Amino acid sequence: MIPIEYYFVISTLMLFIGVYGFITRPNMLAMLMSLELILNAVNINFAVFNRYLYADQLEGMFFSLFSIGIAAAETAVAIAIIINVFRHEKKIETNEVKNLKY
Amino acid sequence: MQSYIIIISILILALPLLNFLVLGLADSRFSHKTAGTIGTFGLSIVAILSYITAFNYFFDFGKIDGVYQKFTQSVEWLRFSDTLHIDLGILLDPISVMMLVVISTVSLMVHIYSLGYMKGERGFQRYYAFLSLFTFSMLGLVVATNIFQMYIFWELVGVSSFLLIGFYYTKPSAVKAAKKAFIVTRFADLGFLIGILILSYFTNTFDFGALTDPNGSIIGNPASATFMGFSVLSWATLLIFMGGAGKSAMLPLHIWLPDAMEGPTPVSALIHAATMVVAGVYLVARLFPLYFFVTPDVLTVVAYIGAATSLFAAVVACTQTDIKRVLAFSTISQIAYMMVALGVSGFGGHDGLGYMSSMFHLFTHAFFKALLFLGAGAVIHAVHSNEMGDMGGLRKYLPITHITFLIACLSIAGIPPFSGFFSKDEILVAAFHHDKILFACQYLVAGLTAFYMFRLYFGIFWGKETHYHHTPHEGGVAMSAPLIFLGLLTLVTGFVPFHDLITTNGVSFAAHIDWAIAIPSILVGVAGIAVATVMYKKPSDIPNKVATAFNGFYVATKNKFYFDEIYLFVTKKIIFNCISTPIAWFDRHIVDGFMDFQAFWSNMLSSNIRYLQSGRVQQYVWVFTASAIVIAALVIF
Amino acid sequence: MEITANQIIFFILSAIIVVCSVFAVTERKILRAATHLLFVLLATAGLYFLLNYHFLAAVQISVYVGGILILFVFSIFLTSQVGSEMPAVKLSRKIAGLVVSISGAALCLFVLLTQNYPGAQEISEGEIDMTEIGQALMGVDEFQYLLPFEAISVLLLACIIAAILVARKK
Repeated sequence: MIPIEYYFVISTLMLFIGVYGFITRPNMLAMLMSLELILNAVNINFAVFNRYLYADQLEGMFFSLFSIGIAAAETAVAIAIIINVFRHEKKIETNEVKNLKY
Repeated sequence: MQSYIIIISILILALPLLNFLVLGLADSRFSHKTAGTIGTFGLSIVAILSYITAFNYFFDFGKIDGVYQKFTQSVEWLRFSDTLHIDLGILLDPISVMMLVVISTVSLMVHIYSLGYMKGERGFQRYYAFLSLFTFSMLGLVVATNIFQMYIFWELVGVSSFLLIGFYYTKPSAVKAAKKAFIVTRFADLGFLIGILILSYFTNTFDFGALTDPNGSIIGNPASATFMGFSVLSWATLLIFMGGAGKSAMLPLHIWLPDAMEGPTPVSALIHAATMVVAGVYLVARLFPLYFFVTPDVLTVVAYIGAATSLFAAVVACTQTDIKRVLAFSTISQIAYMMVALGVSGFGGHDGLGYMSSMFHLFTHAFFKALLFLGAGAVIHAVHSNEMGDMGGLRKYLPITHITFLIACLSIAGIPPFSGFFSKDEILVAAFHHDKILFACQYLVAGLTAFYMFRLYFGIFWGKETHYHHTPHEGGVAMSAPLIFLGLLTLVTGFVPFHDLITTNGVSFAAHIDWAIAIPSILVGVAGIAVATVMYKKPSDIPNKVATAFNGFYVATKNKFYFDEIYLFVTKKIIFNCISTPIAWFDRHIVDGFMDFQAFWSNMLSSNIRYLQSGRVQQYVWVFTASAIVIAALVIF
Repeated sequence: MEITANQIIFFILSAIIVVCSVFAVTERKILRAATHLLFVLLATAGLYFLLNYHFLAAVQISVYVGGILILFVFSIFLTSQVGSEMPAVKLSRKIAGLVVSISGAALCLFVLLTQNYPGAQEISEGEIDMTEIGQALMGVDEFQYLLPFEAISVLLLACIIAAILVARKK
């Protein structure tokens, strides 16, 4: 039997590694990847809570399920925007894409 | 009857304005030929309309019961109070109609002449646009119905003069001269404006008709308020005269006119000899009843300033070597002559001889002085120099110019039967009956005038035989025709019966030549010519000997009595150093410093808080996460 | 305490997740970062298997690995030159990120680990019946999810249209 805390350690580490990446990455695609890490960590937590604490119900699992679906949608739109920005600016570095700021 | 004349007058004003707009806004799109044709054609129509107006006015409807009437047609423009309002309109009376003729004639001649003189110049179209603008403003000035409308056109005239003096704007001296002319006349106009404001405040009107009606309430019951021992109306008329003195280059505001010769020569002929510079005389003439009845002391001031100016300018003209400058000083002197005539004039009938002769001299002077300038232009065109030293013996090469120039010289010297003799003689008569000192002064000036004009004439057309790089030649029909036409005018204008047409009260009076005064004046003119002939007809060393004999005086004269230097000293040393510099310091360090201080703080503050809105998502995320952690930590512990 | 096979697998998966996550956010070649992300996502699917959520694991693999990651790889090919490296991260920013992440992780772990989980049960063996999942998705009663299911399908449709609209050539 694996204690529930082990899962929490893994998911917490994953979440904050994702936060670190989101803050430091200089490239929009890489930032998006960090975002995926964060979402993934949350999904794990939902599933773990569901399985360990309310084993006879399915809310946590479904929440993860929908979350994955929404993550897919969000990624698709985000990548479309990034590609569009790239087409206009020829770059996707966060520091250099400034036209949308002003 | 009257209405169609008003329409014609409006057309007279509108055509040059239209010309200006067409030429000025067309962005050099016309060829030189088209631009010149448009300008000249418009002006010839204006001239014809002016002649129609003048003919109809003087010989048809102007005279009612033996008195020339003032016809006014105006619309209200700005209303300050029930009585005080500014109108825009057209006033036809003997002097304005006479000025219409003078301006349109000289302007037309200059337009034609410029076709030849300015041929191939850069900015040809701009030149014609400015000429049209000037003509428009000058015509507007003379037909103004009220003093404020006159002031508006007065400034417009100043601007167009500025533009035309600075026509060769790549030449630093021209730019300087334009600035000088503008600043000096503008300074004088400040007095004019204050005068207008004082006058309108105490009389409650701007209208010339009300201001100058000898039986009206303003002249009947002048405002009795005084300021520093003089009545306010004296101050007002004196300040208004200051404006006139600035435009007409009276002492001590004359310094801009000689420098204004940097402009193209036809411009000098039109603006700085025939029309604009007599605006001051016209202004005093326009307000003459006010000056005479209400503030006769100011009229005396006018007379003495005029006399001093005419003597001063005549003396200076004797030593100048730049032919246009000689003519410029001659112009100053002659305009001052007109001022003297106004100053010594009385009102009504034969007493108003000075007024009449002043206008007469204005009329004749406009033509022969324009002729002199255009002749000088032809000489400059042929020799490519303004200096008398570069000329000599030109009579063989420029016969037409020579003859017309001689006519003009004889006219200004007061030799009968040329036009200058008649008008100058009337002025001398008027001065003689009024004030013997002024008469003596003007008599002397008459002699000096003959001397310096013939010094100029001999210097150009006789004197030493100069060797020219290429043979000088006449400038073609466009330049010769105006010379000939003006020469003819100079011959005949003396016989215009001015005492029938232009008088102080509109009633004709009989005037005849007073031979007791005329013969001495002819003699002094002839004497001047004779001295000039001896000294300058053949190359000789008499001029140098004379110059050495009066060394100090000669140098002072040559330097125009150091007026420019005095002005420079006063402005640069006293005003700039003692007043402007501390004020500038105050402005720069205290006023600007305060603003800079505010700007500095807002700048610093914003550069610090701008990180709140940097637009960097990652920074936002960092702040968001850190805050979330801090808040969570606060809640937990 | 005896170590079960499950635990061994769990530790292996955890090691993969942590190490690959770190590489995924620090690797300067973006394609490699994407590969590391792939391993993280696969290991996460492994965790779901361990939890006996087989359906969830399948979805994780098919959507995340099969869909999103492929999208990433395509967009990387579209926007970056192969082999190009991202610029190095400034030290100040690294430190800022580390401070926030470590303090946040410390706080979360503190909360999670000091908490008592009274109801924690043994994981029941055997996977959840697919019929049950299907009925839960298609039902409208309590603990049934037709409404969110429909909402998410509309959302996905909207995203498809939006993605086409945003990314198409003018």
